Amino acid sequence: MALLELRDVHTFYGNIHALKGVSLSVEQGEIVTLIGSNGAGKSTTLKTISGLLRPRMGEIWFDGQRIDGLRPDQVVARKITQAPEGRRVFPRMTVLENLEMGAFQRRDKDLNADYERVFSLFPRLRERRTQAGGTLSGGEQQMLAIARALMARPTLLLLDEPSMGLAPILVEQIFDIVKGINAQGTTVLLVEQNALMALGLASRGYILQTGEIVLTDVSARLADNPEVKKAYLGG
Amino acid sequence: MTAMTAAGGGPIARFRGTLADRNGQFRIVLVLIFVTILYGATYNDLRQGALRGLFEALPLPSVNVLIVMFYYAILALGLNIVVGFAGLLDLGYVAFYVFGAYTTAFLASPLHDIHIPWWFVVIAAVGVAALAGVLLGAPTLRLRGDYLAIVTLGFGEIMPVLARNLDDLDLSFIGGPEHFNLTGGNIGVNPIDPPILPIPGPWGDSLVFSNGNPVASLYLILGILLLVFVVCVRLRDSRLGRAWMAIREDETAAASMGIDTVSTKLLAFGLGASFSGFTGAFFGAYSTAIFPESFNFAVSISILIMIILGGMGSLRGVVLGAFMIRYVNDSLLPYLGRFVDDPIQSFGAVMPEIPILKERVEAFTLTSYNYLLYGLILVVMMIKRPEGLLPVAARKAELHGEGVAAEATFGTSVEVAEAATEFEAKAGHLKIHETSADDAPGTDDAPGTGGRA
Repeated sequence: MALLELRDVHTFYGNIHALKGVSLSVEQGEIVTLIGSNGAGKSTTLKTISGLLRPRMGEIWFDGQRIDGLRPDQVVARKITQAPEGRRVFPRMTVLENLEMGAFQRRDKDLNADYERVFSLFPRLRERRTQAGGTLSGGEQQMLAIARALMARPTLLLLDEPSMGLAPILVEQIFDIVKGINAQGTTVLLVEQNALMALGLASRGYILQTGEIVLTDVSARLADNPEVKKAYLGG
Repeated sequence: MTAMTAAGGGPIARFRGTLADRNGQFRIVLVLIFVTILYGATYNDLRQGALRGLFEALPLPSVNVLIVMFYYAILALGLNIVVGFAGLLDLGYVAFYVFGAYTTAFLASPLHDIHIPWWFVVIAAVGVAALAGVLLGAPTLRLRGDYLAIVTLGFGEIMPVLARNLDDLDLSFIGGPEHFNLTGGNIGVNPIDPPILPIPGPWGDSLVFSNGNPVASLYLILGILLLVFVVCVRLRDSRLGRAWMAIREDETAAASMGIDTVSTKLLAFGLGASFSGFTGAFFGAYSTAIFPESFNFAVSISILIMIILGGMGSLRGVVLGAFMIRYVNDSLLPYLGRFVDDPIQSFGAVMPEIPILKERVEAFTLTSYNYLLYGLILVVMMIKRPEGLLPVAARKAELHGEGVAAEATFGTSVEVAEAATEFEAKAGHLKIHETSADDAPGTDDAPGTGGRA
């Protein structure tokens, strides 16, 4: 059974039908990517999984339990965390305090091992640890958002467009790190507009168009698909 | 400011930061206790004895004014939890004050002929106010920013109106009386039983904490203020305090971190309300009477001004703000009025006939222009020092565009402490200094504080 499974999920913003029956699954240990253009419903899908939005129809299963309709904090308690769209680091808290917030639900307060882990993944954050989140560069904020999400020791990490607004070299760095995080045992669901990079990292992909999954396959074949090439890979 | 960059930001540096912070606060507290006790002990000499001339020549606060300063500091600390910590703009804080005061009136006055000792009544008052906070919060806290402000504003307006009008209830439909006076209506409730301790001494058979025995009441409210202050420090440094700050900074991100935002905000509302309820209970019992007019909108606003003046989220700042506003209002303005009221009134008598203006000048009293002064303070603060007099580090940095903001978090707070200490002394009037908090590094309190006002 898949670690995460969405079955015919419909999500609305008021009367706007944003997700029109999304079904997808993520297996334990995988990196799966969800690709689509602006407004396709990628972030809506992640927000629905994490409880920030409630689906009007459909089911979400995680680790054998239904999680649709749970509050965000209850979803986090099941070890699903996210680096949200637009990073959303706490601007007036330091890097360390941001990381501490990421571990909010942890009852064991010995975070040193976790600090060490994220600092070895993101050495830049170690240098910046006493600096306020709002004063970091875009790339550093993205690193912080991912590191913060790791502090809860998630089983499933949701990444919402980690490449947004970053220089290509930084994107490559961050994707390498995501690969490393996955190798350490965390399952990743990656939402991206940068289809080429995302398909290079993920084992499988889903193509989302105006709230519907139109195509799914292993990454290599998606990258070769003429339709996908035309729409998302620039020829 | 010499931030401890060398020490870095590990847990040890953090601990040192907290320690420095604690020391600063500890010193202020000691000075406050000392000055207050000294002032209380010598008060009768000041008023009647050898030092009487000094008392009349200087704008020293009377013990009654000190008591008002202290309990407004408690109110401000309570509102600070809601506005400063959690970032929820509450414009109707006075509503919970009403709950506290009227609970006391119901349980310890001839109104319903119930006379429960204040020490138990106060627990009920706190509970009722906290419950009211949670009940108001439950449906409204899903609102954000302006909408929450409007709802709380309305609630703050409704409560005194209810107090004014619930004096003639027809309870016959449940078999009760046709004219039931629940709240005392416009004339309020008078008298209310003051707190009494059955300890005999030079003061008589038992110790009464009312305005008839202000020095004892002063010590009581001082003790309570200290308790409340410590509770606030502990709250701020707690897991709950962190959650409030996260919500204030970014509610959606806070939810993504696994914070239950609804119950966390409810707790802020409930706790803030309980402080207000407590102060209401003290106010009712100490002044031995309450009236609906005591709870108008201006009370909510003046408490908010205290917080803005002192520095939102900064505990020392908030206490300082409350002290300053009440001192100016209750001591300084009446004092200055002694010099300016008469000349201005005489000028009004001889000035040319200008409608309205002439009447106003003829009847001029400085104290009635206190809200003009509050307004001026607000305008000047927003332009010159929007972070408040004793701000928290991160907020100061943010508003003055300092690059490496939170380094200051780990600095020492000795200078701030000294600036504040000077003021505490000033409040007690042992020495009168011009305090400039301008150069004080904003190392007070937790980082990342400030409101979404």
